[in-house]
Amino acid sequence: MKIPLSWIQDYVNVKDVPVQELRKRLDLAGLEVDSITAIGYPEAELPWDPEKIITAEVIAVRPHPDADRLVLADVNYGGAAPEIVVTGAPSLYEYRGSSDLHLKVAFAWEGAELYDGHVQGWTKRRLKKTEIRGIASRAMVGSEKELGLAEEQTDIIYLPGDTPVGVPLVEILGDYILDFDIKGPFGHLQSVFGIAREIAALLNRPLSPQPLHAAARLGLAATGEPGFVSLEIQDPDLCPRYTAMMIRDLAIGVSPLWMQLRLRRAGMRSINNIVDITNYVMLELGQPLHAFDYADLRALPGEETPAIIVRRAREGEQMQTLDGEVRTCDEEMLLITDGGGPVAIGGVMGGLDSEVAPETRNVLLEAASFNFINIRRTSQTLKLFTESAGRFGKRVDSELALAAAARAAELMAALAGGTVDVVAGDLYPGKPEPVILTYSPDRADRILGVVIPRDEQKRILAALDFRSEATNAGSGWQIAVPSYRLDVTRPVDLVEEVARVWGYDHFPHTLIDEPVPPLRRNLQLEGEDRIRDILIRLGLDEVITYSLIDPADEDRLNPNPGQALDLPGEPVALRNYLSLERSLLRRTLLPGALRTAWSNLRFQESIAIFEIGHIYYRVGNPKPEQAETGIAEPRRLLMLLSGPRQDRWQEPTDRRPVDYFDLKGIVEALLRNLGLETASQWTRVSHPAYHPGRSGAVEIAGRALGVIGEIHPLVREVFDLPAQPVVVLDWDLDLLLALAQEAGRQKKAQNISIYAPVHEDLALVVAEATPALAVQRAIIEAGYPLVIQALLFDIYRGPQAGEGKKSLAFALTYQSPSKSLDERDIEKLRQRIVKQLARKLNAVLRSA
Amino acid sequence: MSIFDELEGIHAEALQALETAASSAALDAWYTQYLGRKGAVTLQTRSIGKLSQEERPEFGKRINEIKQQLEAAYAAQSQALKAAELEAALMSDTIDITLPGRPVNPGHLHLTTQTLRQIYDIFGRMGFEVYEAPDVELETYNFDLLNIPDYHPARDMWDTFWIDQKQPAPDGRLLLRTHTSPGQMRVMRERYPEPIRVILPGKCYRYEQITARSEHQFYQVEGLAVGKHITMTDLIGTLTQFVNLFYGPGHKMRVRSSYFPFTEPSIEVDMDCILCGGAGCRVCKYTGWLEIAGAGMVHPVVLKNGGYDPDEWSGFAFGPGVERPAMMKYGISDIRLFYGNDLRFAQQF
Ligand SMILES: [Zn+2]
Repeated sequence: MKIPLSWIQDYVNVKDVPVQELRKRLDLAGLEVDSITAIGYPEAELPWDPEKIITAEVIAVRPHPDADRLVLADVNYGGAAPEIVVTGAPSLYEYRGSSDLHLKVAFAWEGAELYDGHVQGWTKRRLKKTEIRGIASRAMVGSEKELGLAEEQTDIIYLPGDTPVGVPLVEILGDYILDFDIKGPFGHLQSVFGIAREIAALLNRPLSPQPLHAAARLGLAATGEPGFVSLEIQDPDLCPRYTAMMIRDLAIGVSPLWMQLRLRRAGMRSINNIVDITNYVMLELGQPLHAFDYADLRALPGEETPAIIVRRAREGEQMQTLDGEVRTCDEEMLLITDGGGPVAIGGVMGGLDSEVAPETRNVLLEAASFNFINIRRTSQTLKLFTESAGRFGKRVDSELALAAAARAAELMAALAGGTVDVVAGDLYPGKPEPVILTYSPDRADRILGVVIPRDEQKRILAALDFRSEATNAGSGWQIAVPSYRLDVTRPVDLVEEVARVWGYDHFPHTLIDEPVPPLRRNLQLEGEDRIRDILIRLGLDEVITYSLIDPADEDRLNPNPGQALDLPGEPVALRNYLSLERSLLRRTLLPGALRTAWSNLRFQESIAIFEIGHIYYRVGNPKPEQAETGIAEPRRLLMLLSGPRQDRWQEPTDRRPVDYFDLKGIVEALLRNLGLETASQWTRVSHPAYHPGRSGAVEIAGRALGVIGEIHPLVREVFDLPAQPVVVLDWDLDLLLALAQEAGRQKKAQNISIYAPVHEDLALVVAEATPALAVQRAIIEAGYPLVIQALLFDIYRGPQAGEGKKSLAFALTYQSPSKSLDERDIEKLRQRIVKQLARKLNAVLRSA
Repeated sequence: MSIFDELEGIHAEALQALETAASSAALDAWYTQYLGRKGAVTLQTRSIGKLSQEERPEFGKRINEIKQQLEAAYAAQSQALKAAELEAALMSDTIDITLPGRPVNPGHLHLTTQTLRQIYDIFGRMGFEVYEAPDVELETYNFDLLNIPDYHPARDMWDTFWIDQKQPAPDGRLLLRTHTSPGQMRVMRERYPEPIRVILPGKCYRYEQITARSEHQFYQVEGLAVGKHITMTDLIGTLTQFVNLFYGPGHKMRVRSSYFPFTEPSIEVDMDCILCGGAGCRVCKYTGWLEIAGAGMVHPVVLKNGGYDPDEWSGFAFGPGVERPAMMKYGISDIRLFYGNDLRFAQQF
């Protein structure tokens, strides 16, 4: 919301307050100023040199002796003799041959910096002395474009007749435009006057109520039956007040410069004097107004007087709005209708048929009050966002309606030559009860934590128009809330008013002086963080990808349409989305990881990442009473590796691409860290997204953690990844952490043996299908507790092993906790191992 | 020349010769020459027979002294020589120490995780524990119970992603949470009548065009304290601690009045602009101040909806953001870098 400071000056004196100081005060009090744009002042884009750009008066216009299109203007700039200016301004040309003129203009001396009026955009130029057809010219008369007031080159500026001559132009037309960013539903701050009222309270200065008193100046009387219109409100719940005024014999034309400038500086375009006045008063007081061409308003059948009936629309009822669109209404929308049908969507937009036009003579001016929620609903449903709807949607004081109508009528009389009917129509079925709040200064102290002197609190409340009623019973004060403070409904709202004007900068800083609430651990977060710390130590980078994915990505994970992709629950999609690529809540972290791999492998040769995040799927209907959404949000752990195993270096390094075993090594380290290494079961399974021969499922304690393996080459292709293995782990993190917690609870320290270990290699021939892990675990089990390690160091397939067999060589470490092992002990142990493995796995000791 | 003089002469000569023995070989030769079985000093012992009985003990004592001295000098010289030889050998085996080391690639925590951890740590010291709430939220929890009714202008502050529901129930409409504040309601309803001090982190979502300044997905973290005597000055003091610990000491702060539907009074806390030091720049909109957190005293309606009687309880809430503090701290100008996951960005932290 843009507000020119010069306009605020009409109601409260701020001339002596530096604008940055004012901004600071406003910011601190909650009226945030987003930016300040200076016009003419030194901080402006185009500062107006106060010596060289001044006000002046054209007193005569003479023909140029040597040029038909040019004239010589005699300009009184306050000096001893008039300055002769050669000009081609068309409107001055009209005065050719006249003297005794008093045309107030903007006058610039040579050396002044102005915009070039004859080129598109903003090009600065310095005014030089010129000679035009034999006549020297040292100065010029400026246009709006040249001064930076309008985008298009127009005529020269004519200042009001009472403008003094010879004063710096910046004093007359200079300004600061304050752009406010006011958050929240504060109708009372949606106007110049409203802001001025705040400033007056903040600076403790008087406020001129002049614009609110037009009704008294007009001698206005209000009645339900004003004669010129027959009024009816059928739905007072949506329209608590409707006022109408009649202004006759208007001359539609152009608004005066000052009004045009104010509208423009407030961000609105000038249309014609009548529309401009309704906009002007809306900006000034915050009350949206609507002007109907009286000639277009129809009477009810059999009646003479035009009618205005305010009612809900009928389902599907249509009307053509000012913007030319045909709008279809529903039964909750409020229409302003006349004897013949809809003439406006109440508070949102007027109808095309009754629009003010150049030939309009008589105007019926509407100032009404509407239910703000309903206005917002209508506006959002019709996607019709107007200045009027925006303001009504932030709540407008119903007490303001008639005062604003009178203010506009007064301006129409003054600026468009109209006469105002001194009887106004006013139906006010929803007049609100006055709001009286009990304010307890003690309670304010309790909430704020600081004692603000009582008389200071009283002064602040009074300055903000909160009147203290005489009946101050007990410790509470009875406070009457002004009608325009629709946001103040509770005593705590008054506490805020006192605090913000007193200033939070005066508040001491304290810390909570209460016992700490019962402490709890957040095991979920602790678990997550433990995994994160382990994985970054193992060289993986953490990523956080988008929860919203492309629905097609689920299909992209499934290259063989015959196979079912096993994703949990029902998918959760958005009803409204920015793009289809971000329209589905992920049920798997995999697409996000593959896309991250794709985008990074364009810039670097390898990637090692993990993500800890939620997936989302529907498990039932929402149960609001139980605070349940019906959406499951379990946590997953995903890891992805791809690219060369080692970086290049000055000596040869291992440049083979990472594969399943690189990832498995990381997983084993993770499981070891979590105390789960010995419990895991690895089985080969086929999952559509993975290489069928190089992927597996992992279980611990009979519970499935998820998949680990190489991504299926077809999936890799669909995601546009380079032709190198991409290995991925996709696990249930909640389960992993639960298992880790359980393992942690049972963890006991192991004694460290002081006796020397004995090392021995053992090669066993088993069937090709026998998993190495089974052999290794069988050795450990058979030799328990003396075999403390069995490290597979060689796999041999060939004639010495036999057809369909393989030989697995293990480096065993034997160690006893209680004695030194001798040759006999070792021999016994070896025999036990070989015997048990023969029984369990048909293993045969390979002869050395 | 007496035998004594002869002995002293050999002694002096040996010491002098030792000084010139500059290699192991020379040193060995020296040893043989003087202290070996047929060395000059050893041979002197044989001269003892030429001496009188009275002179013999004195000569024997002296010759032993000289032997010991020469042995010690030899040992010292031998050690110095070895050290010098080792040094020479090492010097011939030099590397270019400026060559890069064998690459080790530790992983990196996401900047969001790092920032959240810092925030948890700071508030954890003040007794705040972390409480998490779901991403998909009931409309009532995200809005209505937080004093933001349907169509209310306050709702304009959040553009919302709505969930497509097969059977839409009017009181069970679902959305992606637009802020972490629904967690306030959840924790209050769960913990009543305990006092509360929690930090609520999480992903939030807004139906907004994606630009360098705004993302459709981002993290928020907010704090909530509910107790019997919690005050606005406590809130300001708590946030001052945060600024000191997160941004470092010496920052100026200011507190402005603001508006949030779920707090009353509401404030905004600013810190002197990191980029311009308070002089005014584009980032701080030429005010010299940057917003640190929106905050306020928990609105009585919200306390009541959470089960806490506002006449008896009070509370404060604050939301310092997650990406924005990190952006300010590290001068990051584009929020899209956070969840775009370009590792060239991530690996800087
Ligand atoms: Zn700055």
